[in-house]
Amino acid sequence: MTSEVDKVDGGRRHFLLVATTVTGIAGAAMTAVPFLASWKPSARAQALGAPVEQDISKLEAGAMVKVNWRGQAIFIVRRSPEMMKQLEDPALADRLRDPKSEQSDQPQYAKNETRSLKPDVLVLVGVCTHLGCAPLSRFQPQDAQLGADWPGGFYCPCHGSKFDLAGRVFKDVPAPLNLRVPPYRFVNDGVVQIGVDTEKA
Amino acid sequence: MSATMPGQERGRLAQLVDWIDARFPMTRFIKEHASEYYAPKNFNFWYYFGSLALVVLVLQIVTGIFLTMNYKPSAAEAFASVEYIMRDVDWGWLIRYMHSTGASAFFIVVYLHMFRGLMYGSYKNPRELVWIFGMLIYLCLMAEAFFGYLLPWGNMSYWGAQVIVSLFGAIPGIGEGLVEWIRGDYYISDITLNRFFALHVVALPLALVFLVIAHILALHEVGSNNPDGVEIKKLKGPDGHPVDGIPFHPFYTVKDLVGVIVFAMLFSLVLFFAPEMGGYFLEHANFDPANALQTPEHIAPVWYFTPFYAILRAVPNKLLGVVLMGVAVVSFFFLPWLDKAKVKSIRYRGWLFRSFLTAFAISFVALGYLGLQPPTPAYTMAARLFTAVYFAYFLLMPWYTRIDQTRPVPERVTYEAH
Repeated sequence: MTSEVDKVDGGRRHFLLVATTVTGIAGAAMTAVPFLASWKPSARAQALGAPVEQDISKLEAGAMVKVNWRGQAIFIVRRSPEMMKQLEDPALADRLRDPKSEQSDQPQYAKNETRSLKPDVLVLVGVCTHLGCAPLSRFQPQDAQLGADWPGGFYCPCHGSKFDLAGRVFKDVPAPLNLRVPPYRFVNDGVVQIGVDTEKA
Repeated sequence: MSATMPGQERGRLAQLVDWIDARFPMTRFIKEHASEYYAPKNFNFWYYFGSLALVVLVLQIVTGIFLTMNYKPSAAEAFASVEYIMRDVDWGWLIRYMHSTGASAFFIVVYLHMFRGLMYGSYKNPRELVWIFGMLIYLCLMAEAFFGYLLPWGNMSYWGAQVIVSLFGAIPGIGEGLVEWIRGDYYISDITLNRFFALHVVALPLALVFLVIAHILALHEVGSNNPDGVEIKKLKGPDGHPVDGIPFHPFYTVKDLVGVIVFAMLFSLVLFFAPEMGGYFLEHANFDPANALQTPEHIAPVWYFTPFYAILRAVPNKLLGVVLMGVAVVSFFFLPWLDKAKVKSIRYRGWLFRSFLTAFAISFVALGYLGLQPPTPAYTMAARLFTAVYFAYFLLMPWYTRIDQTRPVPERVTYEAH
């Protein structure tokens, strides 16, 4: 009996070690899945993060309304004809860091001159792309504090970043990117829904 | 030092190991406690439960951590947060069931582990301290389970806590003040819940981990017992190792791995198909939120406390009942000194010891059953009978272990190669 015990079948031992280890790793991975997955946003978080509707039928020209979507401030602005005119100024593009919105984050339908689906309704994520403060609205051109050449737009009080009336960032400020545009769509002419993309026509 | 071929430079991995070993006793530790810890070669089924207890401890800690990520320890939010975990958190239901099944599994494993000790005399010299650390672990485990049970803030949670905390009121003089101090309030409230949460999540787990380390260190200091009760260190071979010993790693690491897998299979059966276990693992009354004005129809502690609960109820005097219940738990501590036999294992003991141990085991299970039943006169009579048997095991032990007709213990362990 003892002589049999002394001989070790090395090949068999190696196979058993490898097979057990591989199965063990597979088992460990499968066990890890529920724990790691439990970190995903829960059903409640997803429900709370659902799209938000806002009635803008009464929103006057030049006025802004703020909506909370997923903990972020969403600015909805009804741009007046004067504000639209400011955007058309050819000299404006030279003052902007990213006039064609090539680097900034917005849906495809907002990658245009007005950065919006409809020309007069601007929807932005009200979070400064520098360090995250909420910019203030400064829609009146030629502001006393911001200068005679101020075309109107947004001003961030934390570190002085400036954005135009389409949320595009100016060149000489700390913020690197245009204000983000969230996914949104029009439920009808008077109601905008934030958090859901417009279906392709 | 890792082995190398003569004339070869030490490989990178070996160099790293050397660097660590010069600063931290890693290899020495692995050798002392695994690859050169010689354990008896005749371990049987009853020797799985120590490593299983360790596995369940780790399981409870990990699942507990993840539950704490979503649980809210306030009277207003606790119950709802458990339902949130069950319904809204991805895989939350599984993590919760692992923790609740694990709690019951912990006690099943620990009771079987303790019974092994009773059978094979594992508590006897020189392992008294192993046994004492083990009993301290058991006390902490009971406290941990009790504090944890309040956390879901169900109706059984509330009333179970109410009953157990008021037990302390039986202590003469300081009783009422003590109860108020434990509760932190005039009734079981949000304050009580929050402090039980701290104890359950931090204090007792830390205590348990330290006690488990102490328990294993004490064991390794003297070496493991075995089913024959033979001290293997008495007979050493020419290499200095016990002739009846085998290195824990790889023999028992591999064998215990098989034990873990079988355990995991049984655990998973319960986890996926019967996590409530008919109301024994997750009690029905706890699916209702705590209601200070409505006691559940049928109050009983969770199954693992019922033997002691039956003893408490059997005594028709509030203070004496509490005292006797406490003595029932604490009696285990004294086993190393109550047992006067020269022989360790039941295999070489006489019919007296075997009868008393069997009677004790039966009475423990019977008391457990009776603790779950309503206290009718017949059941109370039975509980008193079994309480007497329970205590007879301990109280008469110095007598029956001394006069018991033991058989001679062999020099070598009995072992069939297979």
